[in-house]
Amino acid sequence: MTAPQDKPNDGGVPVPVTPAGASSGAPAEHPPSSPAGRGMFGNQGSGDVSGYGGLVRQRRPIEAASRPFGGYFDEVYDALEEAYPGFADAIEKVVVDRGELTLHIRPERIAEVCQVMRDDLALRFELCSSVSGVDYLGADERRLHVVYHLTSMTYRRRVRLEAAVPVEDPHLPSVTAVYPTADWQEREAYDMFGIVFDGHPSLTRILMPDDWEGHPQRKDYPLGGVPVEYKGAEIPPPDRRRSYQ
Amino acid sequence: MTTSNYATERETTEGKVFTVTGGDWDTVVSGTDPINDERIVVNMGPQHPSTHGVLRLILELEGETVREARSVIGYLHTGIEKNLEYRTWVQGSTFVTRMDYLSPLFNETAYALAVEKLLGISDDITERANTIRVLMMELNRISSHLVWIATTGMELGAISIMLYGFREREYILEIFEIITGLRMNHAYVRPGGVAQDVPEDAIIKIREFLKLMPKRLKEYEDLLSGQPIWIERTKNVAVLDVTGCLALGVTGPVLRSAGLAWDLRKTMPYCGYETYEFDVPTHTDGDVWGRYQVRLAEIRESLKIVEQAVDRLAKPGPVMVADRKIAWPAQLAIGIDGMGNSLEHVAKIMGQSMESLIHHFKLVTEGFRVPPGQVYVAIESPRGELGVHAVSDGGTRPYRVHYREPSFVNLQALPAISEGGLIADVIAGGASLDPVMGGCDR
Repeated sequence: MTAPQDKPNDGGVPVPVTPAGASSGAPAEHPPSSPAGRGMFGNQGSGDVSGYGGLVRQRRPIEAASRPFGGYFDEVYDALEEAYPGFADAIEKVVVDRGELTLHIRPERIAEVCQVMRDDLALRFELCSSVSGVDYLGADERRLHVVYHLTSMTYRRRVRLEAAVPVEDPHLPSVTAVYPTADWQEREAYDMFGIVFDGHPSLTRILMPDDWEGHPQRKDYPLGGVPVEYKGAEIPPPDRRRSYQ
Repeated sequence: MTTSNYATERETTEGKVFTVTGGDWDTVVSGTDPINDERIVVNMGPQHPSTHGVLRLILELEGETVREARSVIGYLHTGIEKNLEYRTWVQGSTFVTRMDYLSPLFNETAYALAVEKLLGISDDITERANTIRVLMMELNRISSHLVWIATTGMELGAISIMLYGFREREYILEIFEIITGLRMNHAYVRPGGVAQDVPEDAIIKIREFLKLMPKRLKEYEDLLSGQPIWIERTKNVAVLDVTGCLALGVTGPVLRSAGLAWDLRKTMPYCGYETYEFDVPTHTDGDVWGRYQVRLAEIRESLKIVEQAVDRLAKPGPVMVADRKIAWPAQLAIGIDGMGNSLEHVAKIMGQSMESLIHHFKLVTEGFRVPPGQVYVAIESPRGELGVHAVSDGGTRPYRVHYREPSFVNLQALPAISEGGLIADVIAGGASLDPVMGGCDR
């Protein structure tokens, strides 16, 4: 990407101004992190039909942030360190990206951390906005991530906690004792990803039928779509269609 | 064969004969718990007309008192989150709009804001696009609250208000039809802006609506607020205080009816809400009556915002980011079957510009790439905090999109507000949470 702000000496000739929104560096910069669930179409490569299929693009890894994190992030980090004795042991990584703070927590410590996040006077994350699962198949050994979005109504802050568990042993403590609202959301994460929340009062399926097999939002879950015939041609199920990556 | 009190046996020439008699009724009665045995389990739904869609409630009743209530959801699960992973980022807006079908423009806006944050173009969204988003969302908030008052009225026996609520909602849907081409499922708010500008006749219609609606609101209040049955059915029914709301994650009008003025439009503004003048109505009772009052007051506040937004639309400007790697080159137009490519534009790119055609084709079929990372964006929907957790792996399609649906989260409060009350109040309490099962089950 060229830096549009370096304006060359134009010698009085009008130079086109970079349009608003053009500086994002969005297209074609970042290839995907994993081949998870991507289409085949007899094609094991990039699926690129542009003629540049042999090009290997560098993917920018999301790096751990270093102090100072900026904004209120340092205050949250320091307050948690002060209030929680097992802090050094529990925090795996701190990521600051797009103005959001992510604390990667060791899964077995997640309920304790949530307790401190809720109760400490300097933290006061009263509301657990969202609990969701993400499957990083092929990108992380502990591929199942549980993502908690906490909101502090007192300080008007948000923070994201993330805990990663391996698919062979997808256990971590439930936070329902701290945030009762996590009840259904943990059930959904169990239903869709097979993540087991120990200590949950009734961890059963919630959206899929009780006798459903498998966890549909895992990236290796077969879609099982039936090829659709339309005017004599067959259209394969979505995960087997040609994909542009 | 054992002899019991209930069936004595004797041998006859025809064979063995049992004489079946009743037991000693007194011993039977004394052997049971008179309270527990009175309990019956009633299955309400999933097709019950008063459960706001396909919601199933399992109620354990003692007489008419609800001792335990459990809700069963998932009957409307359509796998939208999973489907999004197989479509481009732009196509996602046509999927998310179908989640909570009473507030489609909120679903779209939350999604668009998340994608824009991932792209890093949040600051490039034009002023006019933001104004149109606010305008559409507030109209949508009014229409959603109108459906709430209509259906709740019907469920509590006030049939007239149902007709009136849907009548006014129809007016808003007509405005939506002029602007987006469709009454529902608009796919109008797209990553980068909105699909097209607001036409002039829509502005006229909105101005008419702004004149009409306050009178109609007055009618609703005349009809309901002083009505003894309505008051009996709503006051002190399904009470949930602030502590209960926060523990159960309940946000939106239900939280505000308990007294906490938490509205993301004020506390964590987006789309330029900080530049509009409006109040956050609250109530202190935390009951169905309070929620009714809060929602009616919110309609009034939304009308104020709509008026300000319409005034701002007098200033023309672009409604989409200028980056041609994100904005579709097509000039969309409203046709007889909804919004689509304008025929003039198609003729131009087909006939004159090969590059436009290639670019159009690549952008529509392949889509744009979004740098890897994750964001969480939350907006204030008519039902509470609508959050989008979007993850990109750098590809042209979402890696994962999770919707934090207020209907889903709020519905958890149903046992808390209905247990110990009467079965008739389950209806009032459940309706006051305003769950939309399309959003809840996604």
